[in-house]
Amino acid sequence: MQPALFYAAYEGFARCCFSLENHRRSLKDKFVRKHDINQFFYLPRSFSRFLPWQTFTPIITPPIIQKQLIMRKSSLLLLSLGALISVQGCKMKTSESAAAGDAASKVYVAPGKYDEFYNFVSGGFNGQVAVYGLPSGRLLKIIPVFSQHPENGWGYSEETKPMLTTSHGFIPWDDQHHLALSQTNGEHDGRWIFANANNTPRVARIDLNTFKTSQIIELPNSGGNHSSPFLTENSEYVIAGTRFSIPVGDAEAPINDESFKKDFKSTVSFIGINQENGDMNVAFQVILPGMDLDLSRAGKGPSHGWFFFSTYNTEQATHLLEVNASKNDKDFIVAINWKKAEEYIKSGQGLKMPTEFYKNTWDESSHTAKSEIIKEVLTLDPTVLKDFVYLIPCPKSPHGCDVDPSGQYIVGSGKLAALIPVFSFQKFTDAISGKNFEGEYHGIPVVKYDAVLHGEVQKPGLGPLHTEFDDKGFAYTSFFLSSEIVKWRISDLQVVDRVPTYYSIGHLMVPGGDTKKPYGKYVMAYNKITKDRYLPTGPELAQSAQLYSIDGDKMQLLLDFPTVGEPHYAQAILASKIKDKSVKVYDIFKNKHPYVSMGEGKTKVERNGKEVHVWMSAIRSHLTPDIIEGVKVGDEVYFHVTNLEQDWDIPHGFAIKHADNAELLIMPGETVTLKFVPKKAGVYPYYCTDFCSALHQEMQGYMRVSPAGSNVPLRWGVDSTKGAAGVALR
Amino acid sequence: MLSFFTIFNLMNKLSKFAKISIFIVIGLLVCLWFFPMWRIDLAAPQYPEGIYMNIWIDHLTGDVDIINGLNHYIGMATIHEEQFKEFIYLPIAMASFCGLGLLVLLWNRKTGYYIWTSIFLLIAAVSMYDFWKWEYDYGHNLSPEAPIKVPGMAYQPPLIGYKKMLNFEALSQPDIGGWCFILAATLMVVVSVYELRRRRRIEGLKD
Repeated sequence: MQPALFYAAYEGFARCCFSLENHRRSLKDKFVRKHDINQFFYLPRSFSRFLPWQTFTPIITPPIIQKQLIMRKSSLLLLSLGALISVQGCKMKTSESAAAGDAASKVYVAPGKYDEFYNFVSGGFNGQVAVYGLPSGRLLKIIPVFSQHPENGWGYSEETKPMLTTSHGFIPWDDQHHLALSQTNGEHDGRWIFANANNTPRVARIDLNTFKTSQIIELPNSGGNHSSPFLTENSEYVIAGTRFSIPVGDAEAPINDESFKKDFKSTVSFIGINQENGDMNVAFQVILPGMDLDLSRAGKGPSHGWFFFSTYNTEQATHLLEVNASKNDKDFIVAINWKKAEEYIKSGQGLKMPTEFYKNTWDESSHTAKSEIIKEVLTLDPTVLKDFVYLIPCPKSPHGCDVDPSGQYIVGSGKLAALIPVFSFQKFTDAISGKNFEGEYHGIPVVKYDAVLHGEVQKPGLGPLHTEFDDKGFAYTSFFLSSEIVKWRISDLQVVDRVPTYYSIGHLMVPGGDTKKPYGKYVMAYNKITKDRYLPTGPELAQSAQLYSIDGDKMQLLLDFPTVGEPHYAQAILASKIKDKSVKVYDIFKNKHPYVSMGEGKTKVERNGKEVHVWMSAIRSHLTPDIIEGVKVGDEVYFHVTNLEQDWDIPHGFAIKHADNAELLIMPGETVTLKFVPKKAGVYPYYCTDFCSALHQEMQGYMRVSPAGSNVPLRWGVDSTKGAAGVALR
Repeated sequence: MLSFFTIFNLMNKLSKFAKISIFIVIGLLVCLWFFPMWRIDLAAPQYPEGIYMNIWIDHLTGDVDIINGLNHYIGMATIHEEQFKEFIYLPIAMASFCGLGLLVLLWNRKTGYYIWTSIFLLIAAVSMYDFWKWEYDYGHNLSPEAPIKVPGMAYQPPLIGYKKMLNFEALSQPDIGGWCFILAATLMVVVSVYELRRRRRIEGLKD
């Protein structure tokens, strides 16, 4: 027999074995899926048809259906043996289980119709927030938050630059991980959505009337704002917990284990929210022993008044955390009683610490951001002030730390653990009042694991990360390693369903799944690896989202689409709670921008030393002025462009040749400023970049730049007798 | 009446089939230098396309680096060709064995063929034991520093066949070279049995 044929036969056989396994997976409802890691041996009985070595592995009796399947497969195998000589093209597919049945109709939103949900998705390393419609998965908007956004001038225009300014200057990028919709009584109220910056610690508030970032507050004493921006049930506080412990007061310190134990601290900032205007202020900061705070959730209902944080690196390692922070069998869930903390503050027991951080606020009437520097922060030390911080032991570097809708249960997801512990809030408070402690960690009491445990979900999967909840008493946990969503019942902790994700799910999201009243209906998976899911695009591939229906007993895959950025956590809110209050235009009569042009007749060019200010207006289909002379090399030219339109969806754009920043997009009624420092003499064309009208292409102008020291006088074209000039202001 | 000498010669000389089989066996064993002996396939949710490792007579190919990278999470040792003394011994053993085959041919005695076959089966048994032993050590000697420790869990790959380990599925099987090896062994055993039977027939003739 030819070796090639042998090879082919065996390749075929190998592939068959894998595809059998895959079929087992895709038809898993009919089979017993083994997740017993101590008994993971699995060999379909029918292997013995081909193999003389069947005794090597213990055999778990598979159901009869598998036999039939294999018989079918084996005849297929024989038939295809000849063809298998060229088997190199064959693939061991594990993921072809497609959306079944009527999936398409469940996600089809007819042209012109609206989606049921707004889905706000964190942008991860793009630093922005994406807005999708659900169930269609259509991308509606990217809201620029922590990164410059050249397509609309965010972070490039003079008005937006202060939004990205910090105590360390202008920072044009960040890593945006988690989102939190504002809540009232534990339900989404549609006022704001909060976003965290993971790298340079900040929290942003986005206004849901304008879908615009309206405030960014920096956080002192923080290194990596990961456990953020989770909210209390009435949006009293948005939280910011530091992932990296660092020395407080921005102090320098040697980097070693002794120094870490002594000087490095983790901090939790409680950012108070003004209920009228959303204004954020760091109300107080709790200084904890050095460890890494990972994720957090506020209590709700009975546990309202508490905040829970997962931790890792309670080993207090400074390097090779992969190994050194994985040693302890249990890390902690930190529980902070913030009502008690408020009492300490009220009785004046907080400690004011000098620091410096920025608060940047967008003013909608002047269309301009202003930065405010704050010089101190109020701190609380739980090793001095007793009885408001406790630790709950939680297995193996917990990641997710999620509170169920009733507020009674806290789910810790040890990402290296083979089970999911669920803690009871009632038992937790009982343990505290009964002083049922197993010891202290750097002066903070640790309650007994068994005393606070509601129960453990046994062998749920591999690598649990996050848990969301539906409205029917079920929890949904994402598993990174086994790449699946597992549905389990909170009451008896039994796993009831599991469904694969493609591939390596991180966060998951049930609309309203973190509130007291989840909407249910869907669960979204946000995946880290897409590999063979879409057409290949070189080494850099998109991340993905998958939508599953959770209406029935079984989760059903409906939709799979690539995303922008790298989604981490997401939120979804019923569209009806937002859509009708969405702003269409800014009222030009309320425009308080210092350089607004209230009509074309008010446009002008003024020189002030090296600064040249251009009051420019834009209206279909011309820019005024459209001729500018008298600018010299080395001048700083400020184009203050006012969009005079008061019509829905008529933005204008502005760009000038060789400007070393970006374009501007100016919404109706808004004034935006582009700074341009010409480096060479010449004639510079400028034009509208947003296709605004039939004569958009004619919407252009010229600026003459003369050599430095020349005496060309300032001259600009204003002719309001032609065109539709000033119509908007009449 | 056949002389004792003739009978003895008939009894102990190699048959035509045996002589041809020596060439075939040597031919099959030469294939070991051109085709991999063993193949271990791995698949996981994150690796739908699968990853694999091929074991040759004197080296490894396939996704060895990827496998090493993945295995460090659970504290498995990394695989390096230099660690395998087998990659030196096995080619020597196989080459010597082929040379021995030629000697058997020259000597032209069934006894030689039986010894030759026995040596081969011994080498095969030792090799399989050695492979199993390596797999055992590889799957059980886990670093105490491993980030992921699952109590009671070992990661010994299957010697042959299918096994699921955490999120990975493994399938281990002979590759072309391995099949040549198995075919060679089978052929030698079959020929040995044939020679034994023929000898008995001739012994019957003598009576």
